[in-house]
Amino acid sequence: MVEEIGKTAEGDLIINVGPQHPATHGVLHLVITLNGETIKKVEPHLGYIHRSIEKMCESLTYRQFIYSTSRMDYLSAHINNHACALTVEKGLGVEIPARAQVIRVLMDELTRIASHELWWGAMAMDLGAFTPFFHAFRERESINDIMEETCGARLTMNYMVPGGVMVDLHPNFQNRVKSFLKLYKQKIHEYDELVTGNIIFQNRMKGVGILSKEAAISYGVTGPAARGSGVSCDIRKLYPYEIYNTLDFEEVLETAGDSYARYLVRLREMNESIKIIEQLIDNIPEGDFQAKTKAVLKLPKGEFYQRVETARGELGVYIVSEGGTTPYRIKFRSPGFSNLSCLDHITRGGKIGDLIASMGTLDLVIPDIDR
Amino acid sequence: MLNEEIKTIISELLPNASFEETGEWLNIGIEASNWKESANTLRYCEAKPFNFLFCLTCVDWKTHFTMVYHLRSTTTLDNIVVKIKLDREKPEIITVSDMWLGAELFEREVYDLFGVIFLEHPDLRRLLLTDDWVGYPLRKDYEDPINMIKL
Repeated sequence: MVEEIGKTAEGDLIINVGPQHPATHGVLHLVITLNGETIKKVEPHLGYIHRSIEKMCESLTYRQFIYSTSRMDYLSAHINNHACALTVEKGLGVEIPARAQVIRVLMDELTRIASHELWWGAMAMDLGAFTPFFHAFRERESINDIMEETCGARLTMNYMVPGGVMVDLHPNFQNRVKSFLKLYKQKIHEYDELVTGNIIFQNRMKGVGILSKEAAISYGVTGPAARGSGVSCDIRKLYPYEIYNTLDFEEVLETAGDSYARYLVRLREMNESIKIIEQLIDNIPEGDFQAKTKAVLKLPKGEFYQRVETARGELGVYIVSEGGTTPYRIKFRSPGFSNLSCLDHITRGGKIGDLIASMGTLDLVIPDIDR
Repeated sequence: MLNEEIKTIISELLPNASFEETGEWLNIGIEASNWKESANTLRYCEAKPFNFLFCLTCVDWKTHFTMVYHLRSTTTLDNIVVKIKLDREKPEIITVSDMWLGAELFEREVYDLFGVIFLEHPDLRRLLLTDDWVGYPLRKDYEDPINMIKL
């Protein structure tokens, strides 16, 4: 499986990064062919955390399979659950109550901020600064507290179910979110002062890992990684679901296509998410939090596809149903999988030191790639 | 654009294709032998280049395999689904990884889990499973000796 480690006939050096390496944030294994310090080829080896979730889902019912999806992109657990719930609802033709829709969007956007916070801290850590990590975790912690209070879990929430959400919001929810918003606004300028405006970071990120618009489309790159190259691909804007078409927010685009552009997109995206939360937090409609559905769900014969925008890009859930209580075939089009496929393209010809800066801004989550 | 209008455009481009409008998007059936040129037409046609392959997968129907390609155009935002039937005994199809670069990993995944052979693929190896794995797990007749769900 792994090439012989050592030198090739041309005198190139082959080295391994991972499967255990701090910069890969999980069990990703890269086999890198080097000529001096210049990268000739980067070959990802996957599967260290492959659980075959797609096969497992074939024997789980439509209420059960959602739980395994929290374990794919664990930083966007809410959004993964949301995608599955939407697909099942599309098959059933269920209308979900307005209150549940608003709760779902609020949770999605909180998740997106938490995910970007973690990315920001980890990204700075990859480039050699440890302090930003603690700054990011300070804010992320208060989001986790909000999640814990309402959903009972901090990471794999399993809160969204077909028909709505599992339980109603905690009475404290609004106050907690408001105090988070206050905290965030007091602290966000520190992010720019610590990293964005820092000349060392700028030199490490500018002009590194350039992904052109055409290449991003051809590789199927989505999410902030593609928006840094000027590809308009925000599913919330292009194919709105839930109540996103009624909300006021912008799709963040940059055109440079380098690591710094991808970095800026994520930072500005957090502010857009804050904007969405501010619009909704005082306007949560009263009513049911779940539509009435049968205890055993049966999807009609056919095919259902739903995509949502996770913190990393476009997640697609494709269900083929034969009319039973379990899916006949299910496919998760995970954003990380396609984003990884451009890694060789953007790092080839660059220096080995820049590999980390390029990979860091792709924001790969390995369980999402391996599934 | 409505599915009907997309159908008119595509039936001119691909006269041999069959259509099905059961789902949300237009389903286009293509013969495996025509796939390379049909893909080329869809990818580079001027009116509506379907330049974004956002999902590539396979379904095992026990009698045959169906390759499913989800395509969309980033200019007009239209979606189509291309379906190609494959012989289950000898599942072979030409690669499209030269047109949509992202297809390379997707095809390796389908090869790994279904055993579909992609002809002219630049690097057709197992992707998620180890090289010495026996069988193709997502086939319906695959029996896993340790099945955590059916235990």
